[in-house]
Amino acid sequence: MFLKDYIKEVYGAVKSLVVGMRRTGYYFTHHKEIITEQYPDNRATLKLADRFKGEVVMPHDENNEHRCTGCTACELACPNGTIKVVTKFDITPEGKKKKAIDKLVYHLELCTMCNLCVTACPSDAIKMAQTFEHSVYDRSKLTKILNNPGSKIMEGVE
Amino acid sequence: MVEELGKTMEGDLIINVGPQHPATHGVLHLVITLNGETIKNVEPHLGYIHRSIEKMSESLTYRQFIYVTSRMDYLSAHINNHACALCVEKGLQVEVPARAQVIRVLMDELTRIASHELWWGAMAMDLGALTPFFYAFRERETINEIMEETCGARLTMNYMVPGGVLQDLHPDFQRKVKEFIQLYKRKIHEYDELVTGNIIFQNRMKGVGYLSPEDAISYGCSGPVTRGSGVRSDVRKIYPYEIYDKLEFDEVLETGCDSFARYLVRVREMEQSVRIIEQLIDNIPEGDYQAKTKAVLKLPKGEFYQRVETARGELGVYIVSEGGTTPYRIKYRSPGFSNLSVLNKIATGSKLGDLVAMMGTLDLVIPDIDR
Repeated sequence: MFLKDYIKEVYGAVKSLVVGMRRTGYYFTHHKEIITEQYPDNRATLKLADRFKGEVVMPHDENNEHRCTGCTACELACPNGTIKVVTKFDITPEGKKKKAIDKLVYHLELCTMCNLCVTACPSDAIKMAQTFEHSVYDRSKLTKILNNPGSKIMEGVE
Repeated sequence: MVEELGKTMEGDLIINVGPQHPATHGVLHLVITLNGETIKNVEPHLGYIHRSIEKMSESLTYRQFIYVTSRMDYLSAHINNHACALCVEKGLQVEVPARAQVIRVLMDELTRIASHELWWGAMAMDLGALTPFFYAFRERETINEIMEETCGARLTMNYMVPGGVLQDLHPDFQRKVKEFIQLYKRKIHEYDELVTGNIIFQNRMKGVGYLSPEDAISYGCSGPVTRGSGVRSDVRKIYPYEIYDKLEFDEVLETGCDSFARYLVRVREMEQSVRIIEQLIDNIPEGDYQAKTKAVLKLPKGEFYQRVETARGELGVYIVSEGGTTPYRIKYRSPGFSNLSVLNKIATGSKLGDLVAMMGTLDLVIPDIDR
């Protein structure tokens, strides 16, 4: 009786190993399913999800105009002090003073891509871009000014 | 022999495992006292990844502090965010729209599966089997892609906000999740073939790391660690939040009390999560994904507590408010800390070679322990 149990146990043990080996053997011979992505060889065809949060950018139209009013809602919403809005006063053709942004400074090195600034913006001036290769040799290159030089606010955005 | 345990004697060997050690899954430092190959005492040293998240949250507003909690238990980031959002909603007394509730539960359960998949791969790797890790990551990658598409990030999503969720679901979400369920059902039997039934695995897990139900309760363990000892502890069942009381799922209980029981609980919990997702995926109600909240959130004066079931156990968020825009004090009751404290109890008296396997069954995430 003892011997019978012993042989049964050995048989079960060997069987469990064979079952596992069969599974790995199956994938060794059936390697049609390719799961890995060959980055960076596939950089030309790599497409990230539309909502992927890689970096905050400010879209400009063809006339070099943006939608930012300089309300600092994004600066207040940011948990890390990533965004700093520097404002100036423009003189309108009627001779009145009007608040506008001088620079929107964005510290990429502090950003955690939490998307709070984008949701806080009342005029949809900033959005998330799908770039993700942010390595640079010099840390100062990570501090970016989001508005283009010479850009101004779009007509009709308040 | 018994009275010698826990005391350092002449001839004992003290080894330091970590803080930079691949087997500890992070910066955990264990001081192990050995008598020959028998463990006499295990003392975890913490603090290597303390980022003072609780203190930091005191200077952030109620919208801002949620993102930090993704960095605690990064494998169940959604569920951490969920706990904070629920706690703030309790203070604000906001009614969350039905659509947002369903989205939240779906995301929670997907996170739970992803977390258990990673644990399953890492568990086998702790015992020296490398291949299962790749099998686990194959399914986990599918979930990560779903998360990336809807939330915009793969690990630290910051998707739950007070009042609902940040963005609506991606149009492809339902199709992708159904594809994932099909893939999961097609592949799940491989897990049993490769690891669960394996004789070497069973011999190293069965009867090792015994944790009695009494000890599991007295050490404050939660999650699969207690359920492996047969103690009911699922917060989703006992203190239901969101729509969990309307869903059909079983609380997985095993009575083996050993490492293998804790292993089985997690594997079977994945199946229950799939069951929850199947119930909800075709029944996502239409409507708003976020309740209307004020631009600046102010909690009334008082104390608020909310607990949720993460992949590792019970996470509690305790907020003390003085009526301002920032919390006066925040305390997190993290599951990993209590589960780690039981390590000395279950490891004492067993062999050094089993220590890493026992640690694996506790499913430790070190940033969650230290915060």
